[in-house]
Amino acid sequence: MDFDLSEEQRMLQESVERLISERYDFEHRKTYMKEAPGFSKTLWAQYAELGLLGLPFAEKYGGSGGGAVETMIVMQAFGRGLALEPYLATVVMGGGLIALAGSEAQRTTILPRIASGDLLLAFAHSEPQARYELSDVACTARRGADGWILDGQKSFVLHGDCADQLIVSARIGGEQRSAQGIGLFLVDAHAEGIGRRGYPTQDGLRSAEIRLSGVKVNSNAALGEPGNAADTIQRIAEHALAATGAEAVGAMAAAHELTVDYLKTRKQFGVTIGSFQALQHRAVDMLVHLEQARSMSLLATMMLDEPDPVERSKTISAATVQIRRSGKFIGQQAVQLHGGIGMTLEYKIGHYFKRFTAMESMFGDTDHHLAALARAGGLL
Amino acid sequence: MDLRFTPQELAFRDEVRAFFRDALPASIRHKMALGQRPSKDDIVTWQRILNAKGWAVPHWPVEWGGQDWSPVQNYIFKEEMQLAPAPDPLAFNVSMVGPVLIAFGTEAQKRHFLPKVANLDYWFCQGFSEPGAGSDLASLRTSARREGDHYIVNGQKIWTSRAHHADWMFCLVRTDPAAKPQSGISYLLIDMQSPGLTIRPIPTIDGEHHFNEVFFDDVRVPAENLVGEENKGWTYAKYLLGNERTGIARVGASKQRIIKAKQLAATIAVGEGTLAETERFREKVAAIEIELKALEITQLRVVSNARNLPRGVQDPASSVLKLKGTELQQAATEILMEVAGAHAMAFQSEHLWGTATDEPIGPEWAATVAPDYFYTRASSIYGGSNEIQRNVIAKRLLGL
Ligand SMILES: Cc1cc2nc3c(=O)[nH]c(=O)nc-3n(C[C@H](O)[C@H](O)[C@H](O)COP(=O)(O)OP(=O)(O)OC[C@H]3O[C@@H](n4cnc5c(N)ncnc54)[C@H](O)[C@@H]3O)c2cc1C
Repeated sequence: MDFDLSEEQRMLQESVERLISERYDFEHRKTYMKEAPGFSKTLWAQYAELGLLGLPFAEKYGGSGGGAVETMIVMQAFGRGLALEPYLATVVMGGGLIALAGSEAQRTTILPRIASGDLLLAFAHSEPQARYELSDVACTARRGADGWILDGQKSFVLHGDCADQLIVSARIGGEQRSAQGIGLFLVDAHAEGIGRRGYPTQDGLRSAEIRLSGVKVNSNAALGEPGNAADTIQRIAEHALAATGAEAVGAMAAAHELTVDYLKTRKQFGVTIGSFQALQHRAVDMLVHLEQARSMSLLATMMLDEPDPVERSKTISAATVQIRRSGKFIGQQAVQLHGGIGMTLEYKIGHYFKRFTAMESMFGDTDHHLAALARAGGLL
Repeated sequence: MDLRFTPQELAFRDEVRAFFRDALPASIRHKMALGQRPSKDDIVTWQRILNAKGWAVPHWPVEWGGQDWSPVQNYIFKEEMQLAPAPDPLAFNVSMVGPVLIAFGTEAQKRHFLPKVANLDYWFCQGFSEPGAGSDLASLRTSARREGDHYIVNGQKIWTSRAHHADWMFCLVRTDPAAKPQSGISYLLIDMQSPGLTIRPIPTIDGEHHFNEVFFDDVRVPAENLVGEENKGWTYAKYLLGNERTGIARVGASKQRIIKAKQLAATIAVGEGTLAETERFREKVAAIEIELKALEITQLRVVSNARNLPRGVQDPASSVLKLKGTELQQAATEILMEVAGAHAMAFQSEHLWGTATDEPIGPEWAATVAPDYFYTRASSIYGGSNEIQRNVIAKRLLGL
């Protein structure tokens, strides 16, 4: 039993946290948001230099062979700064899918370019009708002359507007919700037949609706054997949940600190508002939520490599429920305890609240995971 | 004891309902039903329609355009308006400055302002809060110095809702810096076009422009715009706070959101059925409906008891209305968020205001759900935060 970070992990943590605290204050963030892709290209290059973009990939693909804990460390720091860059989309999900399911050739050509910061990916999986069912895929892949032809509609594609390549899930057979018959295809985002509509999300990130109309790809564009992608999709959703869970915990810790600081400085009735017991208790309840979430984030991180898929997915669902609930409580209370200032876009605290809110519908909302866990018999 | 409305009250409800059905312009109704925000024009249009019918300010005395309705009738009227759903008449006008002028204004002020307040010819905003004076309103510092027949106002207000729409502000200013905080405050009406008055917008977390900072740099206000006596402004402000009671819980608005959430949930496919068919969703909604029903009955108790109380005396039960009412408004917006799920996450301001020319991303109704959720967090902050409400209840009601 050991919850300590290794020496190397601590160094990683220090360097990312330093970068975020130096380069991601609130004013910086506003200017990054206004840049064309909705984030900072300069910082993206710096992440590459620091080795963050290749962190989870093996050394032979230009990475540093980090694991779930390293990703957690980075995501926590990003959560603290409310980072806008497409780390989740490109490194965790895009790179993760290539590493999990890609051929040797795909890994060698793509992963080093992610690590160097030259390639942005997005995972085009969710569809408007699917709600939170991972295997609800109506998008189709038909055999073409020398490859596949893709048709369908993808929604909520995180950073889909700036991606160079998309990883698209599409059905080669089976019913719309069947776990059988789903394939994953690597598609040039500028390929003919792709319509992208990018938009800002409520939390200041970017997303896209993507329409595929007769998009032709080569046979070697398939990730793994087409038809058997459901497990890969499930795995990558778990990776994304663990990563956003860590991001949420970083954001919660920061939101809690800001709030406690505010209680110590804001004066009303001639005293700091932190002297009111009602608010002290609230701040303590927020801390309880934070610590519960932090524990579950650690658990989710450490369970990512668990071989038993049932145990793994149950634990990730349980962690997701706790983290979402904590995020909601901390976000709402942080706004409440700030009073009017909590309600403005000109102050950071409301942006944390919005980020927690946006995370709530990623790869299943709280009720979806609660129901999944309950159906599977709970944890005990 | 009888839970039912009397036949007369039912007839009244039908009359109100029919009027709202016929008189509310379709374009406004359409926006409201989608959860879109009514524009300034929409609000003005609707209030003038009400005023033409004599219903803009039914709770005012008859001589100033009121209707002499019973508390139950006033309740039914508000409830039906929220269910219609129609825009609320501008509270700053009809529930705040109007009643204060009626109680404390001069005859000349009443004759000049009240008809324009009722018809929304004058849009009023509320200049109370300052950077250093929120919950502790009495510590406000914006000063008004008497110079001949003018006051010279200097200082700053903040969080001033819709100041950018307003023609006038009712404003609390300090006229006696030496007196105890509560005793040196006066209540002034300030023309928003006055030289030296500037407005800076502050964006709210829903990404919209709702409130502002307002700065006063030697703003000259005619002394005739003082309401009541100098240094008695605090009493008038308190009168205001006691004034708005029925309807503060906004039960109708919460009902309307819940009904909408249930209808929309029936359109969301989950597994083999719909979201509306899942046990967990139904139970969650049912739990809110139970609390809402309890609050509705509490509100009706307060309304019904009003006839037994002397004017100005507040029913103890009424203090729970704002507390629970805001909690349930917030819970209702959360349920809508769950229904919309990821569809709520596209930020599309034009689809919130109904001014878009492009197709919405996702279903049209979903564009308003997150802004509504974000903005409704404010309901437990303004008008006396829920923490302050609890303090007041503990002190006044429980003697703690
Ligand atoms: C959307 C919106 C619109 C508004 N519109 C207007 C307007 O039009 N005109 C206007 O004048 N004002 C307006 N306000 C301001 C509003 O009235 C104030 O925000 C409110 O009074 C709280 O003041 P504050 O923001 O300074 O917070 P603070 O008073 O600093 O409060 C911060 C936190 O401390 C808590 N707190 C304070 N004192 C105590 C205590 N004694 N015990 C326990 N907890 C305490 C509060 O509940 C809150 O959680 C608006 C506010 C919002 C959010």
